[in-house]
Amino acid sequence: MTGPGATAARVGLRTIVCIKQVPKAQELSVDPVTKTLKRVGVPSEINPPDQNALEAALRLREVHGGEVLVLSMGPTSFDESLERAIAMGADRAYLVSDRALGGSDTVPTANTLSAAIHKIGDFDLVLCGEETTDSSTGHVGPGIAGHLGIPQITYCSEIEVADGRVRGTRMIEDGAETWECALPALVTIDFGCNRPRAPTLTGKIRVKRGGLVTHWSAADLGLEPSRIGLRGSPTIVAKVETVQLPDRKGRIFHEEPAVAVALLLDALRNDGVVRA
Amino acid sequence: MVERFDAIVVGAGPAGSAAALTLARKGFSTLLVERGRAPGVKNMFGGRVYAWPLAEVLPDWARDCPRERVVTKEGIAFLTEDASLGLTFDSPRLGEGRGASFTAIRAKFDAWLAKKAEDAGAMFITGIRVDDLWRESGRVRGVHVEPGDRVAADLVVIAEGATSSLVRKAGLKADVEPREVSVGVKETIELSAETIEERFSLGTGEGAAYVYAGHASLGLRGGGFLYTNQTSVSLGLVVSSEDLATRKVEVHEVQTKFRMHPSIQRLLKGGKIVEYSAHLVPELGANMLPRLMADGVLVVGDAAGFLINNGYTFRGVDLAIASGVAAGEAAEAARAAGGMSGANLRAYEAALRRRNVLTDLETFRKAPLYLKNPRLFDVYPRLLIELAQRVYEVDGSGKGRILDAVLGESKVEGLSKLTMLRDLLRGARSM
Repeated sequence: MTGPGATAARVGLRTIVCIKQVPKAQELSVDPVTKTLKRVGVPSEINPPDQNALEAALRLREVHGGEVLVLSMGPTSFDESLERAIAMGADRAYLVSDRALGGSDTVPTANTLSAAIHKIGDFDLVLCGEETTDSSTGHVGPGIAGHLGIPQITYCSEIEVADGRVRGTRMIEDGAETWECALPALVTIDFGCNRPRAPTLTGKIRVKRGGLVTHWSAADLGLEPSRIGLRGSPTIVAKVETVQLPDRKGRIFHEEPAVAVALLLDALRNDGVVRA
Repeated sequence: MVERFDAIVVGAGPAGSAAALTLARKGFSTLLVERGRAPGVKNMFGGRVYAWPLAEVLPDWARDCPRERVVTKEGIAFLTEDASLGLTFDSPRLGEGRGASFTAIRAKFDAWLAKKAEDAGAMFITGIRVDDLWRESGRVRGVHVEPGDRVAADLVVIAEGATSSLVRKAGLKADVEPREVSVGVKETIELSAETIEERFSLGTGEGAAYVYAGHASLGLRGGGFLYTNQTSVSLGLVVSSEDLATRKVEVHEVQTKFRMHPSIQRLLKGGKIVEYSAHLVPELGANMLPRLMADGVLVVGDAAGFLINNGYTFRGVDLAIASGVAAGEAAEAARAAGGMSGANLRAYEAALRRRNVLTDLETFRKAPLYLKNPRLFDVYPRLLIELAQRVYEVDGSGKGRILDAVLGESKVEGLSKLTMLRDLLRGARSM
């Protein structure tokens, strides 16, 4: 038996963590002419909030046993991040990779990932990062929960599982609130809520031994062509504006420190940067 | 589940990669683990590799080995503050056959050799620091890796380099004493290939290897080196850490003064410093060798103290590769004898002797101690240069005999004839 809810016969918790490979944020810039992200030659990483989701899943496995599976959609270069996730401790990984999926916005992405989760089947918990550092929508996690018809708790910084239920704590403006729902469920994890572990030697050996990453095409998931890729994406990027930072004056005060500080203060007052 | 291998090699420098390559070829499932994110990023060396052991493991090594220049020119020079007295030896035969040597950049050379080990079937993993040997009831079972991870093996080959902590943790060697190590520094100075070939009068692809004594180390025990790469020059020093401490100088100050010496400046003018590195160098040769084997453990390369510095040649990489191969052979012999016990692994010593590794170390056993004589780094270089000045200077004031000049100079330095004679004899014997 597969599909949501079929958890009875298994020992431990089966958690599926959805991850995305993103360009390292601190090395990214926007091309002022084409208004797109300059991705060429920029090293990649697992989307940082997804790393927190993976860490949360690995900690749950330490408590409850079971397995942690990692899922992504993207080009085969994403294997690098899936392998890193295995090196960090995940048991296996799945990549949905197909040219037909190119250009997907968050709607077909959530659709595709939920189809893959359904195919993996027999899960208790789906964890996602709160959002990605290269798109920052936060849509995909909730979208997956919608497609799977399971409850969700978003932006959690703490997560516990007991008696077939998950409890998530989320920070809000004036404190924290705790929500609880039945498994299977989806939880999105707050960026920076835990410290993702480093890859281990055993993990890296498992990656080298191979066979732990499964590739699926759109056809493997029985996805309808009109609902995936660019065709299935309602989002239109209408306009991107880059901000041109004003040039700095670059004035250096060569006087003695005491004098230089006084001159600097004067200059800042004149420019209206500091008052009085 | 604990992953297991027949052998784990810790460190993917020349010693570790040669060991992993040999073990894999002999049918051992082998894991080669490197702490750096790539081989060659954590180490430092002057710049020259003697090729002889490569021919044994990789007969067609010359086809794709990343060499900078084949050394065809050797030089030694004594420096005072503003003068230099040198001897160079040019011979195309230096670059041929079994005795050839070449300059290399370790990040490239080490990556190449690690790839050869991988091609031979070893599993190669980077970015992992091994914490300790995993031992149970006195027997080595593998390695502990942080955090809380471990991997099993019957044999652990320690190839961690000069600052190996595993050798100490394995109880094979006590803590390193300051007098046992020198500090090595190196700057890489970029120059075009044409400039290098012109200034050092080298043919295309030919290289020079120079050593310097005297003011190069500001009279501290140690010396300078210079190697030509394809489009850069490696300039560095190896200086006694004890002397640095007692004279209260920083090694980079010594290096800067060395680089600013007029005879060095002429060679490097217009070059750009693109890299600076420093590392500890084991200095006592055969006198500080750790135990080379124990139950389930072999020690290779710099971790074993396999380094020869006799004043005119610095050897390390060749001994490292040879010792790695010897370790692989020893493991094969031990397997045939029934297991990786320390007694069975004693075959390592014989395998090292077959390659003259231990023999050469013993031959030069006295050299490091002889090199501890401070007069060699201070008084004698000055003496030689003053002598040269007298010999070559014609100012019409009348010239005495050369011997008188030597004796005159030695009196200025406060040296007795007996001391000089004794130093000379000791030097001859230790070389």
